[in-house]
Amino acid sequence: MAGKIATRNAYGEALVELADKYPELVVLDADLSGSTMTKFFAAAHPDRFFDCGIAECNMAGIAAGMAADGLKPFINSFAMFSSGRIYEQVRNSIAYPHLNVKVVGSHGGVSVGEDGATHQCIEDFALMRAIPGMLVCSPCDGNEMRLAVRALMEYDGPAYLRLQRLSTKVFTDELDNYSFRLGKGCTLRDGGDISIIANGLMVGMALEAADILSSQGIQARVIDIHTLKPLDDELVLKAAQETGCIVTSEEHSIIGGLGSAVCELLGEKCPVPVVRHGVNDVFGRSGTAADVLEYFGLTPQGIAEKAKYAVSLKK
Amino acid sequence: MAKLYCKDLQLMAARARLLAVEAVYTAASGHPGGSLSAMDILTALYFNELNVDPENPRWADRDRFVLSKGHCTPALYSVLALRGFFPLENLKLFRSIKGHMSGHPDMRHVPGVDMSTGSLGQGLSTAVGMAMAAKLQNRSNRCYALCGDGELAEGQIWEAAMAAAKWKLDNLCVFVDVNGLQIDGRTADVMPTEPLDKKFEAFNWNVIKIDGHNFEQILSALDSARSFKGKPTAILASTVKGKGVSFMENQAGWHGKAPNEEQFAQAKAELEKTIKELEGN
Repeated sequence: MAGKIATRNAYGEALVELADKYPELVVLDADLSGSTMTKFFAAAHPDRFFDCGIAECNMAGIAAGMAADGLKPFINSFAMFSSGRIYEQVRNSIAYPHLNVKVVGSHGGVSVGEDGATHQCIEDFALMRAIPGMLVCSPCDGNEMRLAVRALMEYDGPAYLRLQRLSTKVFTDELDNYSFRLGKGCTLRDGGDISIIANGLMVGMALEAADILSSQGIQARVIDIHTLKPLDDELVLKAAQETGCIVTSEEHSIIGGLGSAVCELLGEKCPVPVVRHGVNDVFGRSGTAADVLEYFGLTPQGIAEKAKYAVSLKK
Repeated sequence: MAKLYCKDLQLMAARARLLAVEAVYTAASGHPGGSLSAMDILTALYFNELNVDPENPRWADRDRFVLSKGHCTPALYSVLALRGFFPLENLKLFRSIKGHMSGHPDMRHVPGVDMSTGSLGQGLSTAVGMAMAAKLQNRSNRCYALCGDGELAEGQIWEAAMAAAKWKLDNLCVFVDVNGLQIDGRTADVMPTEPLDKKFEAFNWNVIKIDGHNFEQILSALDSARSFKGKPTAILASTVKGKGVSFMENQAGWHGKAPNEEQFAQAKAELEKTIKELEGN
């Protein structure tokens, strides 16, 4: 694939690619199809696209009713609204009856940029992960997004998928050791001194951080955990046992997301130092995506610093 | 099954009322008030209107029903049991850890329940989704929902109302059980939802007003809804909360409270008397 693409674009294109094979696929949006990139599907299959207007709660309910009758709806809005505003509709109308609805949150994290804190969702993993039976997925680049959408189309049950606004480099298709399976992480780079476990935008940065660390004599393993729930326990435990310390990195609050998921597992099964890299329990702010990421330390250097700290905690 | 008409529906509803009150009494918890106000509507739906098959509750072409006021499971479960979806015996496990007859409708465990509901304001949206799915899949089945008048204070109801009009869902029919009471008192005091007819009309719905305890009016409204094209129909049914049990009628306090032994004995005596009178007719 190479080049740069926002995962939201890859998502929008993937829906169109799947439309013919899956006649039961329907796409719902809440007046954001130009941003969530469901506009591609709307143009290709207007009879299977439903713009619900600025009424996200109702969109979730409509999707539940459609799924109860055998359709496979993907519902779309910004992560803030898909996970936050309609949390309870997702919980009670979709997840409790275990209906086959894919809840899609575009514009996840602070890299939304200029719109600022009201639109920078840093709690979606925490909210969606807490719902029983909910799968939670946050792909790292356009290639992985395409694979994730295909896999979710085949997955029967409620799931949350996070998309990014920002255009980023596609790299997973160029890695020899890369493969994608929902619920399974992927080791992108091997190393014995520390494991960096990341998702979304932070995976690419974790690979850069590993280069920085390597130049300083620290060999970092980099693990892509696109599926936060169910977590790939086996891969995370192996990393803890073999490298003895962990840094988690996510464009999310350090509360409730990937960092928490890893700590919950390792606290019970293999206590090693885990340092959580993310947004430190504060709201986001306006700025260009690059400036905002820099402001919160969501950079390769930021990961590398946390990694060195984690290594220092090893006994 | 042959359809029931007015007198037989009255008798069936009286039996269902007794089962519902008994279920709440046995569970020592539940919502009798709104169950009794909605019972005639539910009885008319399941014994006259809905094209359903208790032997095959997931039949794709069946008519759908969503109990948006999900707390009225005593009414829904009693009617489903009488219609043959599951044994009457199961009602004894209402709200019990020993069974799956949950306090609010559970589509995964209770045969005949088309949608899990309970969080007010959400059910109508799911019925809208079912009506859209039916049109998309070229099925001719109809979709019904039942809301409470207090429930209409939820904003999502009006989101759903807009959507149903946008997609011209003439295969959707919503009953509003207008009993005028909710947990904290009179709906007119807690949060006035009237004038409901003007509201639904303004949302581009076909609106019919009836007495929700008069079977002739219920059946005639259903006929009219079925033949109306291009818009969804709202049937605004005036009802009495606690209908059929003298001391529960028009008392907000019986929204979510179980009768004690003495109260249950009185309710049972009253409902058995009604049943006997109707059987004698």
